[in-house]
This record gives sequence, structure tokens and C-alpha cells, in this order.
Amino acid sequence: MDIPFLFQTMKTLLAAVPMTLALFSLSVLFGGLLALLVVWMRVGGNPVLSRFARGYIFVFRGSPLLIQMFLVFYGLGQFGFIRHSFVWPALREPFVCAVLSLALCTAGYTAEIFRFGLRAVPPREIEAARAIGMSGFLLVRRIIAPIAFRHALPAYSTEIVMMVKSTALASLVTVWEVTGVAQRLISQTYRTMEVFLCAAIIYLVLNFLILQAMALLEHRLSPHRRAAAPLVPGSLPVSR
Amino acid sequence: MGIVETLGFGQTGWGGLLLMGALMTLCLTLTALLLGAVLGAVVAAAKLSQNRAARTAGGFYTTVFRGVPELLIIYLVYFGGSSALTAIGGYFGVEGFLGLPSFIAGALAVGLICGAYQAEVYRGAFLAIPKGELEAAQAIGMHRLLRFRRIIAPQVLRFAIPGIGNVWQLSLKDSALVSVTGLADLMRTSQVAAGSTRQYFLFFIAGGCLYLILTSMSDRLFALAERRASRSMPAGIGQI
Repeated sequence: MDIPFLFQTMKTLLAAVPMTLALFSLSVLFGGLLALLVVWMRVGGNPVLSRFARGYIFVFRGSPLLIQMFLVFYGLGQFGFIRHSFVWPALREPFVCAVLSLALCTAGYTAEIFRFGLRAVPPREIEAARAIGMSGFLLVRRIIAPIAFRHALPAYSTEIVMMVKSTALASLVTVWEVTGVAQRLISQTYRTMEVFLCAAIIYLVLNFLILQAMALLEHRLSPHRRAAAPLVPGSLPVSR
Repeated sequence: MGIVETLGFGQTGWGGLLLMGALMTLCLTLTALLLGAVLGAVVAAAKLSQNRAARTAGGFYTTVFRGVPELLIIYLVYFGGSSALTAIGGYFGVEGFLGLPSFIAGALAVGLICGAYQAEVYRGAFLAIPKGELEAAQAIGMHRLLRFRRIIAPQVLRFAIPGIGNVWQLSLKDSALVSVTGLADLMRTSQVAAGSTRQYFLFFIAGGCLYLILTSMSDRLFALAERRASRSMPAGIGQI
């Protein structure tokens, strides 16, 4: 084992971690907001919007992210009206294209996850809230959103780990994040195993940290499940 | 040149090549799924076994191959496989660089990934078999192999169909990444067609539509298989 080489590789790859994290956090943020919009259209009751949301989810979940990313990166620049519009300076940047396509794609998956979360909200709780006069935004904020989000959380954390892995595709539109830098190192040094080892460790640690944070969030959001634990001496309450 | 001509099957049309690419994508995914099925079964058995070392190894495999970006694994198999092949070739006196054929590299890489996912599917399916049936089979003196053939395999396969459907969809989309090794699959063909005609938008839309056809058709096929496999099961839980 060539320790100095591993050390040097790790240092080079770690320098690319901020780029991976930026891609990840921006796309999760915008993808989440977009997913809320899509799920609102899907379950809102308007048949036209609902059909549109269905189509959106079908298209973005059914085709590979890479083709979506290439469509945004290469395809949009083909049109004159986009090249001459005010969004072009942003769309010309590979980073913006990568975040845009990652967010569009994850919104499709996340919308479905949120929809299943919404299904878990018991109708009687909504009825009760309505009975005491809650409506509209207050009903969503106090009753529907907390229950739905809590139920969606396990599936959502899986999706978030998928997103960490998906950021690797940004290297194919010339954004230098961890996988892109690793690929460059491999083709420069031909030492595949060592570079892979370093990059894999980075991704596994990132995923582990994110999953821990999500588990902590789940723990925080479900105090009612812990409160019910029996207080028998010697038996620790089991979370999860 | 009109759209019909560009996408058609004539001398200057790309239609035939795109369909060939789609066929290549299907072949690659099918090979990878079969490879993953074997790997997944072995790893699931390891994770369910009494042996601690086997459990650890199984857990390590599924963690690594589900947590590291697919692109990185493709690089590992393609570049790593090629340098291993070159080394073996050098041992037998073959001079120069030997590349791993991109179909084999791609099938191997996607197979390794989908094997990790399938392992979890099979493990879950095995755990869904009622304990009593296994004990009953043991009680009337069935041997391990007979028990596996008569009791375990039919039920695991039945319970695993929805999960395998998900893994298939995932692998179909992951197979698009194999295009980085130069394999002429649907993704790569769309890219080449887009590049040489400068009609990026058109060809990425066309490629995306073909992927959508593949995913939605296989979705229907798996739904059919699920209904057929569970025709002897009492309707109820999980069936809407």
C-alpha cells in the first residue's frame, strides 16, 4: 500500500467535496420546493393540474437523469430565444444546469414520496381540526404537514442518499465534483483501486452522516412514540 | 432536413440506430439483472446466515454498492478491469494495453450494483415467509435442498416480484451511465446522433421517449407478473 499516494489522492478529492455538497444541498432544496408544488397540483383537486403533475412525475421518474441533464445542458442552448433571453447567462453555466436538472429530477421522486406521506394522515384528524375551525394554511401547518412529513421521512432519506450519488453525474457536464476529480486522477495515474477507495470512503462517510442526521430528525419529530414506552425498571425504551 | 427524415429509418435517418441502441440497453440491463440475481441471492444468504463473518461481508457489500455513485463503480470496473486484463495479458506475453469490452464492463458494473439492491429484496422476501412453514417442512423431514426448492424459492420469488420490478427500473436507468465507456446503448446513440446533426434537443427528447417506453412497458409487465404470481393468494393486504 502506497500511503503517501493515498494521502495525496485523499487531499485532492477532499478539495472537491465542497462542490459535491453545494450541488447536493442546492438541488435538494430546490427539488423539495418543486416537489411541494407538484404534490399540491397532484392532490389539489383540479383535474388539469393533477394530470400535468402525473405527467411530470412519469417523465422525470421514467427516464435516466443523464439524458435529462444533457437535455438541459446541450438542448436548451440550441434555441435562439433562450440564448437571447435574460436566463442565458445562468443557463450557460454547467453548475446551474446540473443543479437545475438534479432538482427537476428529484422533484418527481420526492413528490411521490410526499404523496404517500399525505395518504398516512388520518381523515379523522383533519375532520377534528376542521371541526374546531382550522382551515387552509393553518390546517396544513399544524396537522397535515407534520404527520405527512413524519411518515415520508424514511423514504425521503433514501431519496436523499440517492441524490448524493446523483451529484456524480454533474462531472459529465464538466462540473468538477468528487467523482469527476476521481476519474481524472484514474486516467492520469492508472491506479484505479486506490483512487476508488478514497472516493468511496468520502461518499460512504457523507451518506452515513446524512442518514444519521435524518435518523436524528425522525427521532425529534416523533416524541409521541417514545412517550408511550413502558417505564419498567431495567427495560430501556427502544426507539425505531 | 425535416424531423421525420432525421428520426426516420431512411439513409439519413437515425431511427434504426436509436432502436438498436434501445435493444442494446435492454440486453445490457437483462444481463446485469441476471448477474445481480445470482450475486443478490448469494449475498442475501450471507446476510441471513448464522456465520458472523458472512453477515459482515454481506453487509459490507450492500453498503458499498448502494452507497457509492454508480458512475464511480462503472469507472472502477472499466478501468480496473482493463488494467487487470493488461496485467494478465502481459503475464502471457501479450504486449500493450488490453481493454475490457465495454459491454462486459457495463454488465458487470450494473450487475454489481443491482446485486446489492436485489440482496435486500431477497432478504426481505425470505423474512416474509411464515416461520411455521419452514418449521413444518423441517418437521416432516425435508432436506435443505428440497426445502429450498419447494418452500423457500417459490415464495421468495413471489414476494420479491415488486422489489425486482423496482430494481429493474433502477438498473435500466443506471445502464445509461455505461455510455461513458463508449458502449453504443440508447444513451450513447442519442448523444452521437445529437452531436453529429447538432439537433441536441430533438435527439435527447427522442432518446428520453424511448427510455420512457422501456420503463412504462416493463412496469406493466411486472404488474402482470405480480398479479399472476399471487393468483393463489387471498386478496387483501396490499392489493387495491
